[in-house]
Amino acid sequence: MMRSELELVELSRWAETARADDVERALGRRHRSLVDFAALVSPTAQQPEYLEAMAQQAHALTIRHFGRVMRFFAPLYLSNECINVCRYCGFSRDNPILRVTLTLEQVEEEARYLHRQGFRHILLVAGEHPYFVSRTYLRDCVARLRTDWPSISLEVGPMETEDYRPIVEAGAEGLVVYQETYNREVYAQLHTSGPKRDFDWRLETPERAYAAGFKRLGIGALLGLAPWRADAIALADHAEFLLKRCWQAHLTISLPRLRPAAGEFHPLVRVSDRDLTQLVCALRLTFPEVGLVLSTRESPKVRDGLVPLGITMMSAGSHTEPGGYTGQGKERLHVTRGGRLIASEGEHAEEQFLIADTRSPAEVAAMLARKGYEPVWKDWDTSLN
Amino acid sequence: MTTKPQTLRIADREFRSRLIMGTGKFASGELMAAALEASGAELVTVALRRADLSGRGDKFANILEYIDAKKYVLLPNTSGARNAEEAVRLARLGRAATGSSWLKLEIHPDPQYLLPDPVETLRAAEMLVKEGFTVLPYIHADPVLAKRLEDVGCATVMPLGSPIGSARGLETRASLEIIIEQARVPVVVDAGIGAPSHAAEAMEMGADAVLVNTAIAVAADPVGMARAFRAAVEAGRLAYEIGLAPQRRYASATSPLTGFLDDAE
Repeated sequence: MMRSELELVELSRWAETARADDVERALGRRHRSLVDFAALVSPTAQQPEYLEAMAQQAHALTIRHFGRVMRFFAPLYLSNECINVCRYCGFSRDNPILRVTLTLEQVEEEARYLHRQGFRHILLVAGEHPYFVSRTYLRDCVARLRTDWPSISLEVGPMETEDYRPIVEAGAEGLVVYQETYNREVYAQLHTSGPKRDFDWRLETPERAYAAGFKRLGIGALLGLAPWRADAIALADHAEFLLKRCWQAHLTISLPRLRPAAGEFHPLVRVSDRDLTQLVCALRLTFPEVGLVLSTRESPKVRDGLVPLGITMMSAGSHTEPGGYTGQGKERLHVTRGGRLIASEGEHAEEQFLIADTRSPAEVAAMLARKGYEPVWKDWDTSLN
Repeated sequence: MTTKPQTLRIADREFRSRLIMGTGKFASGELMAAALEASGAELVTVALRRADLSGRGDKFANILEYIDAKKYVLLPNTSGARNAEEAVRLARLGRAATGSSWLKLEIHPDPQYLLPDPVETLRAAEMLVKEGFTVLPYIHADPVLAKRLEDVGCATVMPLGSPIGSARGLETRASLEIIIEQARVPVVVDAGIGAPSHAAEAMEMGADAVLVNTAIAVAADPVGMARAFRAAVEAGRLAYEIGLAPQRRYASATSPLTGFLDDAE
């Protein structure tokens, strides 16, 4: 079982008060517990000499377990329709934005573009909307892409186990779902309408996905919503739980920092580059075999700097709006008011958030090669799904 | 007396080198090719999941292009497979794409330590041998499993020294010794070999070959490290063939206390 809220609060307190000898003990261990993790995310561990020691160890562990390689993937946004109200998200239901759901042909067209760039691992992303982004629609998207895409993952609204099964059978390999924040109070304040209000339903999504046959599970917290050390500890607790419970799944952890988006929301908590670096290292030191994902939300400077410290999966050249790669779906843009669609014109659908690293996949691949890493475009095969 | 190095025979092929190389984790294809060359390896394993199995010449999945098919015997592996069915499916596609019916059978359902599943491995090995594959299974250092795999027709057994990438050496030493003692097929110590001394130790014990990947791929100088492993494997094997001096618990005295006994008595 995952730890109780009380235990997590105690660990968070520990993270705020850990002293130098606690950090040193955590640094010296061969296997690290969540107590060690809490010490490694403490303000004390952020002192330059400790942070550097963590970075050195994190680098060595990553190289040993994953090698000098970086797995590439690309997100493909299918739809920005959504029935949830999430105050920080560009797709939030009441935002008066241009929306669209791509047809299957348009999805294929966007995917072809990404395939030409070199990508062979794809992440299909959509807002939560049972009508536009139905189970059947998602299954059909996966079925259409299966032949050309060795690895297909989804980041969509949580579903029941039974509803996931046809999607897995169609060829999907991974499911990504971020808890956003593990702080129940903040979660309730930020998610004011829609099925996403149910914290536990979302929290248990990876287990349902695993039961349905997904082999790659992605979790994460959206940094900037709640005090990050407490969220990091709850995230690590969740990871530890899933590693035991869903032992056959490849687990990945994403660390998205909140980015500007429609809706005028501003981060409630500042998470600095130094904080993020500390968190990447602490996760690597505690979970040497877990994949860590870094998206184009981060600037080139931060991305390039974090590559050797534990990141194992990167996207590049991403767009976070449906049709963003090839302009698909332009003729069907609309706004939604009170549940009604009103046709509207515009250049493109609204993006979920602004990206910070606008380099092309080839440019990011060249950067990696300069740093002594091989970009791995294909690291899975359709026959394994 | 001069000892002439014995060749390694696996299935119907002879190898002079007893170092088998893995091709994952290298910083580039070029570096991997250079390390292969320096290692003297003749048998090279490659993960099918990283190769193009679509038959379309995918230049973004071109790992095989860096392995000269004239120089090396290609040993495709099923890394990524979590059960027998996945492994068999991958093996068939791999044979069609690479033309090689040699197969390193790897089934690890646990993505954390990549430890092999004995039940699925035995099941898959039976099916694959029947389909004409030359099967080299990656297994835990389990002597009974090794015999069972031998019985179903595997060409070697490949027990692990310690988990993949762990560089912890021959933690399974006691079981490896039993496997080597009982085997009628070559024993290849695979995984966990983090230093040339580990490789030499395995060879001195009587392993027929070792498989090394991470320790060479992630070294600061992979080409130099490949050379170091080559030397260690050769040294260990030569020592094994000559026969090491037996270990004794006590020093042997140069003025023995039993010297007064008359030989003729």
